[in-house]
Amino acid sequence: MHRNSLLAGLVATTLAAIAVPAAAQDGAPIRIGEINHYKRLPAFAEPYRKGIEMAVEEINADGGVLGRPLEFVFRDDQGEPGEAIRIAQELMTREDTAMITGSILSNVGLAISSLAANREFVYLAAEPLADAVTWSQGNPWTFRLRPSTYMQAAMLAEQAAQDDAVTYATIAPNYAYGKDAVAAFKEVLTELKPEVEFVAEQWPALFGIDAGAEVQALERAKPDAIYNVTFGPDLAKFVREGTTRGLFEDRTVYGLLSGEPEYLEPLGAEAPEGWIVTGYPWYDFEDGPNAAFVEAFEARWNETPKNGSHVGYATALSIAAAIEKAGSTDSDAIRQAFEGLEVEIPAGTITYREIDNQATLGAWVGTTALRDGEGVMVDWEYKDGADFLPDDDTVRELRPSE
Amino acid sequence: MGLILAQLLTGLANAGALFMVASGLSLIFGVTRIVNFAHGSFYMLGAYVGYSLMQVLPGAVGFWGAILLAGLVVGAIGALVEMIVLRPVYAAPELFQLVATFGVVLVVQDLALMIWGPTDLLGPRAPGLGSVVRIMGEPVPQYDLALIAITPGVALLLWLLIARTRLGILVRAATQDREMVGALGVNQRWLFTGIFGLGCALAGLGGALQLPKGGADLLMDFTILAQVFVVVVIGGMGSLPGALIASVLISVLNVFGVTYLPQSTLVLTYVVMVAVLLWRPFGLLGREEVAGEIGQVGRPEAPIAPAGGLRVALTVAALAALAALPLYAGPFARVLATDILIFCLFAASLHFLLGQGGLVSFGHAAFFGGGAYVAALLVRYADTPMALSILMAPLGAGLLALGIGAVSLRASGVYFAMLTLAFGQLLWSLVYQWGAVTGGDDGIVGVWPAAWATPDVFYWLTFAVSVGGILVLRHAAHAPFGYSLRAARDAPRRAAATGLDTRRLQLAAFTFAGAMAGLAGGLFVYSKGSIFPDELEIARSFEALIVVFLGGVKTLSGGWVGGAVFTGLEDLLTRFDYWRLALGLTILAVVLVFPDGLVGGLRRLSARRRPGGEPDE
Repeated sequence: MHRNSLLAGLVATTLAAIAVPAAAQDGAPIRIGEINHYKRLPAFAEPYRKGIEMAVEEINADGGVLGRPLEFVFRDDQGEPGEAIRIAQELMTREDTAMITGSILSNVGLAISSLAANREFVYLAAEPLADAVTWSQGNPWTFRLRPSTYMQAAMLAEQAAQDDAVTYATIAPNYAYGKDAVAAFKEVLTELKPEVEFVAEQWPALFGIDAGAEVQALERAKPDAIYNVTFGPDLAKFVREGTTRGLFEDRTVYGLLSGEPEYLEPLGAEAPEGWIVTGYPWYDFEDGPNAAFVEAFEARWNETPKNGSHVGYATALSIAAAIEKAGSTDSDAIRQAFEGLEVEIPAGTITYREIDNQATLGAWVGTTALRDGEGVMVDWEYKDGADFLPDDDTVRELRPSE
Repeated sequence: MGLILAQLLTGLANAGALFMVASGLSLIFGVTRIVNFAHGSFYMLGAYVGYSLMQVLPGAVGFWGAILLAGLVVGAIGALVEMIVLRPVYAAPELFQLVATFGVVLVVQDLALMIWGPTDLLGPRAPGLGSVVRIMGEPVPQYDLALIAITPGVALLLWLLIARTRLGILVRAATQDREMVGALGVNQRWLFTGIFGLGCALAGLGGALQLPKGGADLLMDFTILAQVFVVVVIGGMGSLPGALIASVLISVLNVFGVTYLPQSTLVLTYVVMVAVLLWRPFGLLGREEVAGEIGQVGRPEAPIAPAGGLRVALTVAALAALAALPLYAGPFARVLATDILIFCLFAASLHFLLGQGGLVSFGHAAFFGGGAYVAALLVRYADTPMALSILMAPLGAGLLALGIGAVSLRASGVYFAMLTLAFGQLLWSLVYQWGAVTGGDDGIVGVWPAAWATPDVFYWLTFAVSVGGILVLRHAAHAPFGYSLRAARDAPRRAAATGLDTRRLQLAAFTFAGAMAGLAGGLFVYSKGSIFPDELEIARSFEALIVVFLGGVKTLSGGWVGGAVFTGLEDLLTRFDYWRLALGLTILAVVLVFPDGLVGGLRRLSARRRPGGEPDE
């Protein structure tokens, strides 16, 4: 008997999931689906979400988009691509969203991007960094906001080319992001300065670094400079062991993303000094849109912004601008609006390039230092993302789908 | 020479925290036979509690006091968990307790997030031990030397406790034969609580001790768990000296691996584990398991019977309603039902292995993900049409299962489970690392159903294949194959004496279950359009295992019922902020209310309702 009552339960569960999508009417909110790893990576996802929420409040106070309020539907995907696909489908159908955005992890971003192309639905990959999102796996329906791994690695490589160091050692987590980041750095640096030599490559498991051993292995290679891609708890352990064992003495260290508050703040007073990093120096903006954003963010949330907060804010602005330009919530109209779209965000004017759907948002490059017991970036400069992309022919080759 | 010595010291220092966590797990398993999934959570708690205490307690005394206190606090929490959650379920089928510990994992994750916030915490340095000592010119951190000194101290204390005290005698006796210990009048309840608390205290101590080498973060519970499993298995479940040797072995090998084979960081430990288990199937210092310990205990199982007429009619009606879903439900209901059906087939395949074969696999996701990758790779490299690649998925997964099963079945019980885990991890790391072919963790994307398979058609295909697969599994249980398999499970020697080749039977069951999981994987890749190494991971294997236990091992329908309820519940709960807490508490509630699983519990309820009624199925 009970098997059948349970079977009925199964049917009931699925029936419960049925809903009639509310018909879009005038004045009804324009809904945007947002999928992220709120539980898996809360330290990254929460500040990002706050940036979105703040932008949405501002947009709606200004009269909304196409005369309708903007609304985000936030959903947690447990950091799993399979879950994200299911939620994306729910957002596309039952939640009646105009487009979707979200994800920090590249694999989840790639999964949603593939679904977006299959369903002809616009997806803005705000945070995922993988080059594949806009290049090898790129498709007409997926756009990306943040500067890709390649772009940020190229910014550091440009700095490195001006330095005397000849021998380099790299340390990067043993997965796609780490490998892309090392490959891009090597490629660009070797092009700018052919005499450089890479004497060691270390590949700790992601979030499973054996920091003491890695530091010994790097020290053994006696490089002039080190290129670091580790982050999160791995970075904390690497910095702790490296500082203790004197690895960073008399060596220039290049740290991809290491200057982002998400990575620098947890290190507190032990943040490394003198590393050349990409990041987000919110504490030093004096005036202009960047400072205004930081001030508004602190007033709204009573906490300081992270890099993700700026990205989240820019995400919502980009979406609002695209829908406004499209003049409707039709998927294809939004897709066309995104191509070549120019948006004013705190960092400046960015363009979603027609050639590969990558935004020209850049990053701040500077040197780490300690100030009042906190790690900060000094001598920083904003690098426009447009200057760190390969030439158009190369991009066309990298992007087979178009 | 100096470098090698320094590397050796690094390895020994790393072994310290690992040994403490692993010895706790080993102790708990030895006495209570609980595979404690929550052990990593207690390690994480130790780190967080230790961190908080270090903020308030000053100086060196405060630092070391905080570490000790963290151990004590976590031990107390562990003992409490044992009394509330585990005590009521000792009578349940073996390994059922791991479901309860999985619930604890989820609850602890959300509580830690609530209490300590999302930001990683950097551990404070040990007062007075913040710099290095030069040994033969190589810098060696002072704290590493402290760890190297502390570990043997802890090991010695544990040894004294086990070898020289009355409690130790009881622990050793219970590890060898806990029924006999109970029969001799020892109060097992307090023994179990005490040992569980002690094991958790060791995990907490390990977590607090590693603070100066890292810190506390919300992912550390799972990060350590796999490593600790490896150490405990290599050393031999229940053996403390084994855990010590294995943690030193693994840590030192890792250090040299990092230096001389930097790409090996993902696979090395699992390669070592497989090698050791092939050489010594019970770990370095483990003892052969007493027959029946992992097999079926508790009340004898009622013989299975074919479904009656009424039930068949109702099932057909329900299936018809499910088949007609696209006609009356929205597109998302179809998506959710597709996910549920695929997961049900996956869970049912593991359930067959577990329920009929008595074979606990910790690596079943290897076949689910394996099948999915077979299909995806065929599409990517050979443009294989959908129907053919879905058919090849079970074939590929079955072959994989045949190979893995042939090796793993040399061991039995928990060691068999751990071998499947090791092979699963090896496959995962192969796929993860071999980016040129498998796309690494960027996966294989763009594998969508063929043009003829509209969403409705694909739903019906999934429905037909999943329900068909589940019916085939059910049929196998009723066939002579199922009978001989159960004979091999319940009485291997008698089964062998009647002429059954038990090992070959089990290998056939393992291959069959693997193929069915692969079939589910083949459908999965088309339903998602992409495949990533996540589907091969330990987490997926454990999820399936949890689902099977939740549904009920000793039933015929437990697998798919558990799968349907779990997936539905997950879809519902993830809409809320603290869904892990809610899901964890729900799992704990199910465990406490239905120790036989959902189906088993309902069956018992109905048997009680009908006076004199026999449990049916």
